[in-house]
Amino acid sequence: MEIHHLVKMANEIGGYFAAMPDHEEAVSSIAQHLRNFWEPRMRRELIAYARHDEGNLKPIVREAVLRLAAPAANS
Amino acid sequence: MLAIDDHDLGTPERKSGANCGALVTLEIDGRSVTVAAGTSVMRAAALAGAAIPKLCATDSLEPFGSCRLCLIEIDGRKGFPASCTTPAEAGMKIRTQSEPLGRLRRNVMELYMSDHPLDPFQCKAGGRCELHEMANVVGLTQVRYAAGGRTHSDLPADASNPYFTFDPARCIVCSRCVRACDDVQGTFALTIEGRGFDSQMTAGQHERYIDSECVSCGACVQACPTDALMEKTVLASGRADRAVVTTCGYCGVGCSFKAELRGDEVVRMVPNKDGLPNHGHSCVKGRFAWGYAIHPDRVRRPMMRKTISDPWREVGWDEALGYAASELKRVQAKYGRGALGGITSSRCTNEEAYLVQKLVRAAFGNNNVDTCARVCHSPTGYGLKTAFGTPAGTQDFDSVIEADVILVIGANPTEGHPVFASIMKRRLRNGARLIVADPRAIELVRMPHVAADYFLQLTPGTNVALFNALAHVIVTEGLADEKFIAERCDPREFGIWRKFIVEPRNSPEAAEQVTGVAADKIRGAARLYARGPNSAIYYGLGVTEHSQGSTAVLAMANLAMVTGNLGRPGVGVNPLRGQNNVQGSNDVGSFPHELTGYRHVSDPVLRAEFEHEWGVTIDPEPGLRIPNMFDAALDGSFMGIYIEGEDIAQSDPNSQHVAAALGAMEIVIVHDIFLNETAKYAHVFLPGSSFLEKNGTFTNAERRISPVRKVMAPLAGKEDWEVTCALSNALGYPMNYAHPSEIMDEIARLTPTFAGVSYAKLDRLGSIQWPCNDAAPDGTAVMHTGQFVRGKGRFMLSEYVATDERTSARYPLILTTGRILSQYNVGTQTRRTRNVVWHAEDRLEIHPHDAEQRGVRDGDWVEVASRAGAIALRATITERVAPGVVYTTFHYPESGANVVTTENSDWATNCPEYKVTAVQVMPTARRPERLPPDRVIAAANPGGR
Ligand code: SF4
Ligand code: SF4
Ligand code: FES
Repeated sequence: MEIHHLVKMANEIGGYFAAMPDHEEAVSSIAQHLRNFWEPRMRRELIAYARHDEGNLKPIVREAVLRLAAPAANS
Repeated sequence: MLAIDDHDLGTPERKSGANCGALVTLEIDGRSVTVAAGTSVMRAAALAGAAIPKLCATDSLEPFGSCRLCLIEIDGRKGFPASCTTPAEAGMKIRTQSEPLGRLRRNVMELYMSDHPLDPFQCKAGGRCELHEMANVVGLTQVRYAAGGRTHSDLPADASNPYFTFDPARCIVCSRCVRACDDVQGTFALTIEGRGFDSQMTAGQHERYIDSECVSCGACVQACPTDALMEKTVLASGRADRAVVTTCGYCGVGCSFKAELRGDEVVRMVPNKDGLPNHGHSCVKGRFAWGYAIHPDRVRRPMMRKTISDPWREVGWDEALGYAASELKRVQAKYGRGALGGITSSRCTNEEAYLVQKLVRAAFGNNNVDTCARVCHSPTGYGLKTAFGTPAGTQDFDSVIEADVILVIGANPTEGHPVFASIMKRRLRNGARLIVADPRAIELVRMPHVAADYFLQLTPGTNVALFNALAHVIVTEGLADEKFIAERCDPREFGIWRKFIVEPRNSPEAAEQVTGVAADKIRGAARLYARGPNSAIYYGLGVTEHSQGSTAVLAMANLAMVTGNLGRPGVGVNPLRGQNNVQGSNDVGSFPHELTGYRHVSDPVLRAEFEHEWGVTIDPEPGLRIPNMFDAALDGSFMGIYIEGEDIAQSDPNSQHVAAALGAMEIVIVHDIFLNETAKYAHVFLPGSSFLEKNGTFTNAERRISPVRKVMAPLAGKEDWEVTCALSNALGYPMNYAHPSEIMDEIARLTPTFAGVSYAKLDRLGSIQWPCNDAAPDGTAVMHTGQFVRGKGRFMLSEYVATDERTSARYPLILTTGRILSQYNVGTQTRRTRNVVWHAEDRLEIHPHDAEQRGVRDGDWVEVASRAGAIALRATITERVAPGVVYTTFHYPESGANVVTTENSDWATNCPEYKVTAVQVMPTARRPERLPPDRVIAAANPGGR
């Protein structure tokens, strides 16, 4: 899929949750949102991208995406 | 003319009980009858079985007392009062029949009949003329006045309205039509002019109906007791012989109708007096614009072709379904289980939408199912579920009658939800206060007897900033309902939100910079909303179709919670749904991440229930949403689709992108009543059935499930649910239902909020608002009464984030979109009716200042160019839009509004940002290939309905 499009969408999700004062809550909310609403092939592509991202993903989003890659959360 | 089986009790019902009047008992013709205080003697008599003759009274209107036919005698009182205007009192003794009464009534009737044909066969109302009925009732057999006196018989009829005629020669000047227009519809288009014999009903200032303010709702036609105002279809076909109750196939008001039939031919649609969404009222679409259902463009046979450049070939159902199934299997074998998906429409019934998602989940084996609510109200689903626990409006429509302050934002009820608007206007005329927030001065801002207290004309895309500023005022000025918050809301979330909302960046002064709305207006509106005591929010796509659509819904939920405006009549957060079954198609599991009742597919216990019922394993992962499907098609991993009732090539943003995606797929199956734009990319076309040709249910914007009944045989031989079953069977996954009621039974078995719903109960109650289960066996009008569905109400942060779509020197204007009353969505239906006389093309509204700067004159062709594309429209110069903002409707696909809209979408749901597109507007010599308006009108409905 268009990776720029996925990155834009993920950053917008991050844009909402980044307002949360608790960083941990914001990161887990972003990850949970992606888990709840993104079809696995979209998540897979974003995770693969996040590993080598050079600053296009907001840091908080990258953190959340990489957390998705962790085996426990990668359903 | 009333519906053929209506029983008219003469004056409206008065309620008794808590907050209403007491009961009174009186005696009428020796019979004792008990009614609510305030009920007229006329109604009490009708209830007691002693119907009193009447002409100017009808139970949809407040009594007027002009005809003097309904006279009665009351023991101990002098004279002969009119029963329609006399309230029943305890202990009254009434006589409805006596020799003097008979004489008086005959005299009255004789005067009427002297100016009207006495022979009922000359009357076009075909035995339903109340005048003839009353002449009969009072025993008038002849008229003593000599023929040749002055009459109105040579006055010309007005046939300018496409659907009904007004024949002044048949008018008895009872003013029922005038009162219907004023009180029921709220348009004030009619007046009685002149006095005595010269008095006459007229539209506007002596205008033809079509040139007046009339919006063709038909209320006057229904109220008329004679054949003066008559539907043209009745004049052409004669009176119906039976009526079937069903539900309108257009908007989310979901009006209940009686389809009146003569044999199998629909003669007219009459709004159902017992219909709870509409109480016997309707708009021009539901009442009159049903001719598309029998339009010659309807496809009556399945068709297929190998490639989309081949011509269509008509085939039988078996061949079409067999080919569709084999192609779906081939694609899945080649590209994998996730390569297929399905899309349903909000025009489908609940049962149809349920079957399509079942087909995708059980037969395709994935969750790639979505519905057109993706492009309209998906943020409502996300926002209201997050805040309150259930993604639906909190109230019933009638709740607005108890509202003291009404906030309308991003909705245009008089155009989009006209029947609900009529109820709202009545409440506003009776004193409720009004706040309108919209980039455009919608009709509600100022209309007869209604004016907004605050009109907040905000820049498109800044709703969230406005909501935050309203909440900021409420919290900082101590207007919050602390008791409600403490009792009903999550204290931790509230604490976080409170800290956020009081920050200076959320102040009205900061919002003024962003929204363009003066800070003092924001403060005034916030105080008014907070003061209530009952404040209700009504909103539409002007809130949801934004990059921050979901945030805006959350922000409205915050506003309602912080002021305690939830959980009782008169308050709430109320989405006005565009299409008839937006609510229902979502309820029954059309979103890719949710099974019925908005429950996430990842829940193993839930999946187990469905797996047990369906006999398959369900994928625990969410599927692709509509825009994701397009992206996946272009990268080669999504190659086949079944689309029922939705014209995605027209209604989804960025048409070129959609076309490329559809063109890349190997099997596209379109199931629709017309060969739509999407069908250009289809390999199999399955002809659909209109709402008149099938059984099922629709769920309107107030969660009300209403019956859709088959009144004529499906033109292509199958109801839509049967087609989906047949496709599933061809794929090898058995679906065998004998009737849609069995599908609803299955939904009820699997969905706690629907557990008590059945066709038998729908027949008994007429309609049911979910949740309907053991806790609420007859359904639920107002939600979240004792506590929120999720337990504690959840305040969510609502940081304003500007959309990426910015104006620039190249694209200095903002284009926003909307709809008009006579047309519906992309016009597939309404453009095939005579409604085109009111709107034969989409136009671009532009402020005089912007027009002058560009040398644009009213009616000129202009090019509207955005970063995504360019279209040509004719300009209308108007101050309805603010400088810097232009506006168009999207009812004509050839004007291509979606060519210019971008791919920006709501962060949470991918609902497209239709409402904000940066554009430039310039005069153009370009003339798009398009029929001129007169040809559009001529082509619209050759069948003549
Ligand atoms: S059709 Fe409706 S709007 Fe038009 S005059 Fe009659 S009641 Fe009024
Ligand atoms: S379109 Fe809407 S308001 Fe009009 S009749 Fe149908 S349901 Fe009612
Ligand atoms: S019906 Fe009562 S005065 Fe006309």
